Amino acid sequence: MQKSLLLGVEAIAQGAIDGGMSGVYAYPGTPSTEITEYIQHSKQAKELNIHSDWAANEKTAMESALGMSYAGKRAMVCMKHVGLNVAADCFMNAAITGANGGMLIVVADDPSMHSSQNEQDSRVYGKFAMMPVLEPSNQQEAYDMARFGFELSEAFEIPVLMRITTRLAHSRAGVARFAEVMVQNELKLPEDKVQFVLLPAIARKRYKKLLSNQEKFEAASEDSAYNTYSDAADKSMGIIACGLGYNYLMENYPDGDCPYPVVKISQYPIPRTMIKKITGECGKVLVLEEGYPVIEEILKGYLEKEAVIGRLDGTLSRDGELTPDMVGRALGFKIEESLEIPDIVAARPPALCVGCSHIDVYKALNEVIAEYGEGRVFADIGCYTLGALPPFNAINSCVDMGASITMAKGAADAGLIPSVAVIGDSTFTHSGMTGLLDAVNERTPITVIISDNESISMTGGQKSSAKGKLEAICEGLGVEKEHIHVLLPVPKKHDEIKEIFRKEFEYKGVSVIIPRRVCVQKNVRDQKIKKASMAKTAAKA
Amino acid sequence: MKTDMVIAGVGGQGILSIAAALGSAALDNDLYMKQAETHGMSQRGGDVQSFMRISDKPIYSDLIPKGGADIILSVEPMEALRYLPYLKKGGYVVTNSTPFINITDYPEQEKLEATIKALPNYVLIDADRIAKEEVGSARAFNFVMLGAASPFIDVPFEYLEEGIRKIFARKGEEVVDMNIKALHAGRKFSQENR
Ligand code: SF4
Repeated sequence: MQKSLLLGVEAIAQGAIDGGMSGVYAYPGTPSTEITEYIQHSKQAKELNIHSDWAANEKTAMESALGMSYAGKRAMVCMKHVGLNVAADCFMNAAITGANGGMLIVVADDPSMHSSQNEQDSRVYGKFAMMPVLEPSNQQEAYDMARFGFELSEAFEIPVLMRITTRLAHSRAGVARFAEVMVQNELKLPEDKVQFVLLPAIARKRYKKLLSNQEKFEAASEDSAYNTYSDAADKSMGIIACGLGYNYLMENYPDGDCPYPVVKISQYPIPRTMIKKITGECGKVLVLEEGYPVIEEILKGYLEKEAVIGRLDGTLSRDGELTPDMVGRALGFKIEESLEIPDIVAARPPALCVGCSHIDVYKALNEVIAEYGEGRVFADIGCYTLGALPPFNAINSCVDMGASITMAKGAADAGLIPSVAVIGDSTFTHSGMTGLLDAVNERTPITVIISDNESISMTGGQKSSAKGKLEAICEGLGVEKEHIHVLLPVPKKHDEIKEIFRKEFEYKGVSVIIPRRVCVQKNVRDQKIKKASMAKTAAKA
Repeated sequence: MKTDMVIAGVGGQGILSIAAALGSAALDNDLYMKQAETHGMSQRGGDVQSFMRISDKPIYSDLIPKGGADIILSVEPMEALRYLPYLKKGGYVVTNSTPFINITDYPEQEKLEATIKALPNYVLIDADRIAKEEVGSARAFNFVMLGAASPFIDVPFEYLEEGIRKIFARKGEEVVDMNIKALHAGRKFSQENR
């Protein structure tokens, strides 16, 4: 059978399309972005009329997906791991409401923090919400599990979390597709009319149902084709390998001849019988998990009675992603000496693109800040976070989406005046607006610079929810019109920009300055698309 | 049949097209392949790499173990050295000699070349020049590089040609021919200078 060459993220997208999905909801975030982009560019998805527009943030995305599930259709919501923090309010409660149409929550974790602020493990969230969790170990499973996730969700009437990590997300392999594409569900309201009404009396009932369902979820894990027990002769050690950990294990036994019993886990809750068997039969147990030592910690227990090795005792590194050589060492293999990186190799960190509008903003900002003393610029998440590195060294914080404005507010409340926030257009509509409202309500003396490049640039130039709306939003939130400035960040305007910064830093209320110039990369891409479509129309004519 | 290869370069140089051609070559010929790449912040001149694995047996890990790569193919000389810990004993470093300088502490050209020439197995090729002068398109340098690595890749050479044909088919005959010419030019250099 002809296979398609797909990234892990693309495999999930195609699996969901082929699995009868009616809509995907998402906010971009590495390494999850391409799931939604794939669906946006899929001809098949377009023909099937599958919803795929970006949402303003992960919480609105998850709520919309829950709404689609309420209406009986299959919905997927995708985000990076820290996005789940934003959506957590809906996420936790969706476990209580349950699902009607299948609901798949895909969260991409980023161990080793290739492009993230932390390496939290979403399986912990899955356990927190008491939801079934899927963790594919390869691209084929990622494809298969999208449909399986919808089915599981509908069978147990609960959203299902699919957790992937960077390496699977951004690695390509051949994937065999189902022979048939599933038909989308019909519109069908939940039979229980109050299922989604989480008033305390109803929520209590629903929670009891969730608790009583745990046994069923566990039974499903025991029976799952994705969880396996392979026996072997050498019982001095047993191995529990989760998700990608299984691949790194088998990489060390390329002929499939692992001498120890192995439990492979790709579906949670943890399959208890398999775990009992392996811990009962084997002298000690090595746990291979990509991310936190979730299973390891449970097995070892607080009193560390069980002989369990893994990340907690240092057999594997406590942080960062797993690697085949790290696992090889844990299995007792001698790792070949390899060459070292020669000293002359210099670091090549990412840098703002030549001509990027953020550069003009930082150049002006640095000069004006110098007049007041440094340490007062709170920034946010986006390309402009690179302003923390030389040559700019312009910003003093980057914590979570929207925190620039609220941290500036807190610092101003403490007496650091002026305090300045630097935030991007999309980050502002993602999570900055409510913080700005706080500042407006208290007339906190802060200056908010919304560095507007009309795109979600860091993740590849997706459509920004803020486009064309920033001034109206700020005015609507109560920022005074005379303290909202839009300006063009180009070298020629350097002095003019500085003047406006200076003036607004002096103002004892909320000011918003919007330097607006489209992202260089976005512009190049847009021009290409325009040229291509012009060529098409010309060819037709 | 098994080749593990690290493809290296700087964000924006287009190393992923090399991986795409190889990937399609592998898949169309029923080989197993896995290719892990860096995404995310790559658009802004940082170092990027892709792990490419091709085999006639199933492949488990998306990552190549340290000391496991048969080839380091780099479209930029300093980047070739960054991945030396992945090189197998006896493996080849095939690298472009034209530097991409976007940092202030980029090493001196002479030292860089000396370090590369001190490696046991290397091919140092000016792919930019060959692409411009011999192939007639500066943009084809990526496939000059793939050609230069091809003698060490355990996949029939025709497969690579097919791969290029496939990924550039949409862009027309001329682009296909140009890149295949680049592939041959790189291969020839490598065979004469290994
Ligand atoms: S991608 Fe756009 S916003 Fe990001 S650094 Fe480049 S030009 Fe600036």
